[in-house]
Amino acid sequence: MELTLTLNGKPVTEQIEPGLLLIDFLRSHGCYSVKRGCETSNCGLCTVFLDGRPVLSCSLLAARAAGHHIQTLEGLQEEAADFVGFIADQGADQCGFCNPGFVMNTLALLRENPDPSDDEIRAYLAGNLCRCSGYEGQLRGIRNYLNSRKKEGGAHGA
Amino acid sequence: MINIQKYVQAESLEEAYQLNQKRSARILGGMLWLKMSDNTVGTAVDLCRLGLDTIEETEEAFSIGAMTSLRQMELHQGLNRYTRGMAARSLGDIVGVQFRNMATVGGSVWGRFGFSDVLTFLLSLDTWVELYKGGLMPLETFVFLKRDNDLLVRIHIRKKPGVFVYQAMRNQRTDFPVLTCALSCVQGEYRAVIGARPGKAMVLGDEEGLLAEGISQESAQAFAAYAANRTPTGTNLRGSAAYRTHLAEVLLRRNLLELGGMQKWN
Repeated sequence: MELTLTLNGKPVTEQIEPGLLLIDFLRSHGCYSVKRGCETSNCGLCTVFLDGRPVLSCSLLAARAAGHHIQTLEGLQEEAADFVGFIADQGADQCGFCNPGFVMNTLALLRENPDPSDDEIRAYLAGNLCRCSGYEGQLRGIRNYLNSRKKEGGAHGA
Repeated sequence: MINIQKYVQAESLEEAYQLNQKRSARILGGMLWLKMSDNTVGTAVDLCRLGLDTIEETEEAFSIGAMTSLRQMELHQGLNRYTRGMAARSLGDIVGVQFRNMATVGGSVWGRFGFSDVLTFLLSLDTWVELYKGGLMPLETFVFLKRDNDLLVRIHIRKKPGVFVYQAMRNQRTDFPVLTCALSCVQGEYRAVIGARPGKAMVLGDEEGLLAEGISQESAQAFAAYAANRTPTGTNLRGSAAYRTHLAEVLLRRNLLELGGMQKWN
């Protein structure tokens, strides 16, 4: 069947198998930030945006994304750039495997809630599993990023 | 892994219904559970183009399309106003935001899963399901029907004045619950719902009149013990039957005390 969607701002049309998962479609288009992790829709490694909403590409048929806008971390480099440095400063990226999904969902959180409390951060990121860090480094990184944004008087659009 | 041979975005409910009459067809919900199955699906029927992804609110009721995501329900102001935040509280620990953006209320209700927070939450309200051929029926009736080839179109919640509370016990946030417990008092009628027993959620009323004089420490304890004794529980990896029976009594007592304004847990 034919699939047409917008991937990171560019229209893509391709023949696909009906059962193709979005994660496999994206990786075949060079979006290697999208990782396969748990296979049970739990870990958040495969997080992408579907019309701006974070979803699990491991559980979404590519065919269902027809006509929609898909964004991966490859298409959000600029928006992510300020934030990921704060995570790295905490050493919280460690092995790095969970990082793209974690960054994507943090971007979604900050679009929805520009000034979250620590509990709101924990709740929003509960669907992103990390087996290295224990999450405290990520939380400190996000908190430091938010504090720096406040000091700059919302210069990054907070 | 699931093997899908043909995918169709239905243009109408009738088309979806006709396609679904074949044994090998499947209606797609959020696909989160379905994708982990080891089946061959002849035709996967998607309802995503039928406008069933909205929550409509009137003075009398909420009408929730089957393709509405759990996240939409969690964030819906009207639903949370009516349930005093129970919608957000009952749905907010289901895996993660990404998962709840995909999981649909239709998939959750149609599945009639034992572990379902959604079913426990909805059973504590005056909830009806609308089936394409089967028409309207109370959720409490639908829960115990066998799955057939009909379509679940919408969920209706009648806005009778009431108060609602919800608690669940999880070994770990985002895991399946060990036990779920919702309690409502709608127009003076108490309705306790206990789910993840691990069987599907069941409703218990105050047939013995233990709460007839209102909620006190004593009546809350008496009703909680009565309801827990009448609730069959089982054992699985998450907890034993004895633990679940104990939890049912504790969570129900806490819910009663919260409903009576004597203690705040949420």
